[in-house]
Amino acid sequence: MKEAFDVVIVGAGPAGISAACVLADAGIKTIVLERGEYPGAKNVSGGVLYGYDLAQILPNYLELKCPIERNIIETRIWYLTKEGGYSIGYRDTIFNTDRKYNSFTVTRAKFDRWYAEQAQKKGALIVSATTVVGLLRNTKGQVTGVITSREDGEIKAKVTLMADGINSPLATSTGFRAESKPEEVALAVKEIIELPADVVEQRFGVSNRNGITTEIMGEVTEGMNGVAVLYTNYSSLSLSIGANLADLAAAKIKPYELIESFKQHPMIAPLIADGKPKEYMAHWLAEGGYDAMPNLCGDGYLIAGDSAMMFNALHREGNNLAMASGKMAAETIIEALKRDDYSRSSLAGYPKRLAASFVIPDLKKYRQFGKFLHTRTEVFNHLPRLAASAAREMITVNGISKKQKQKLILREILRQMPIFKLLRLLWQGWRSVK
Amino acid sequence: MSMTIEGKLFLDRFRVDEESHLRIIDGEKCIRDCPQQPCLYLCPANVYRLEQNRICVSYEGCLECGSCRIACPHSNIEWRFPRGGYGVSYKFG
Repeated sequence: MKEAFDVVIVGAGPAGISAACVLADAGIKTIVLERGEYPGAKNVSGGVLYGYDLAQILPNYLELKCPIERNIIETRIWYLTKEGGYSIGYRDTIFNTDRKYNSFTVTRAKFDRWYAEQAQKKGALIVSATTVVGLLRNTKGQVTGVITSREDGEIKAKVTLMADGINSPLATSTGFRAESKPEEVALAVKEIIELPADVVEQRFGVSNRNGITTEIMGEVTEGMNGVAVLYTNYSSLSLSIGANLADLAAAKIKPYELIESFKQHPMIAPLIADGKPKEYMAHWLAEGGYDAMPNLCGDGYLIAGDSAMMFNALHREGNNLAMASGKMAAETIIEALKRDDYSRSSLAGYPKRLAASFVIPDLKKYRQFGKFLHTRTEVFNHLPRLAASAAREMITVNGISKKQKQKLILREILRQMPIFKLLRLLWQGWRSVK
Repeated sequence: MSMTIEGKLFLDRFRVDEESHLRIIDGEKCIRDCPQQPCLYLCPANVYRLEQNRICVSYEGCLECGSCRIACPHSNIEWRFPRGGYGVSYKFG
């Protein structure tokens, strides 16, 4: 392609499309390159999006018929053993009234495609089926565009925004981001399980396109540092489970067998019973967090979203960080275009904006959390078992006084986990998220 | 009834390129120097299989996650994305 652009964006996901919308709104000549057959073809996430960050880009996303599956009115957290587990949840009618669409479920192939169409309507050029394999640079090393796998595939641009996701051979081969280490990512597998809408509503106690999310930890990941989720879509469920890649490699557990045994868990099986699997997916989660982030900009380029390791593992937030960072990258680019200066210092407004927003403070707040889970494997085996045996004993009515039960439970806990160890675990856990 | 990986991959739509986007650089090394062979376990699509003393690569069902590339203890897997438009195409995602 001989045409020159102001901005070339690599990747039509939430970060890239958010940037494209903001740039196109400002009348800037923007091209988005997507390696999939269509935007969303390669994109996977747990399946929850956040209305706030989407509204910053498209305030009228509801009128524009955003493909929402279900509005989330309840968030559940499960801590499981093999046999059962703890369940807490919070439901509130406010999430069906004043704060409706605070979060909602989507399937990404549909959402990302719709989102890219909105950018296109604003004037951005979206080109699918095009893989970026390298970057163009001038003699000073400044990035001046991209090289694609197509014939005549060089595209020149004043600024390049890399929004190509967590698995980015481009960022690695260009040296802009170190290759991820196995302990810095989690590998998750996911299934879409089809169920009639009324069955979903019955099983989860919802109606009117409302739904719930369930975040799950404990023995389901076989002692590995990992997490599982179950989200309600309109007439299907999103079921995912994943574990730290280094743990998976060490445990020699096959991801597709992990999800199969998860589906048979006594608290999951009845919810997915008679469901029909429709799709099977795999994707990484950027668990490296703040300390694994690359330089966010340099001469002629910026990096946004998962590609920049922007993922909040504790709260399972990623899409919103991608959208917010894409928007801030675009705002910075607009300023740079006015100055006609694309040097690193001219693009430095981007990391400054991120630092002043929720993005960097959130990532910083939880920078130790990944390490905590990775080193304290008790969280995924000992602790759920101990917690379960305590509940089991207290609930069982068998003629033993409650005081006596308390004593027995405490003795068992201390036998399995000395008090200093337990306190250290709690203290370290608290410190990693405070 | 447990679902096999073959059954799972059958749910997905793939546009398969003639040429593989995955290549083991030195096949001997996998047998000689790699007792762990993590690719046989952690690949979510069971792309890597040990057959008669060599590791075969069924790139056709690759889900493009990148795990084999970074978990290979010998950095012995040449990994690139499939050509634009090829590989897996999710309907839901």
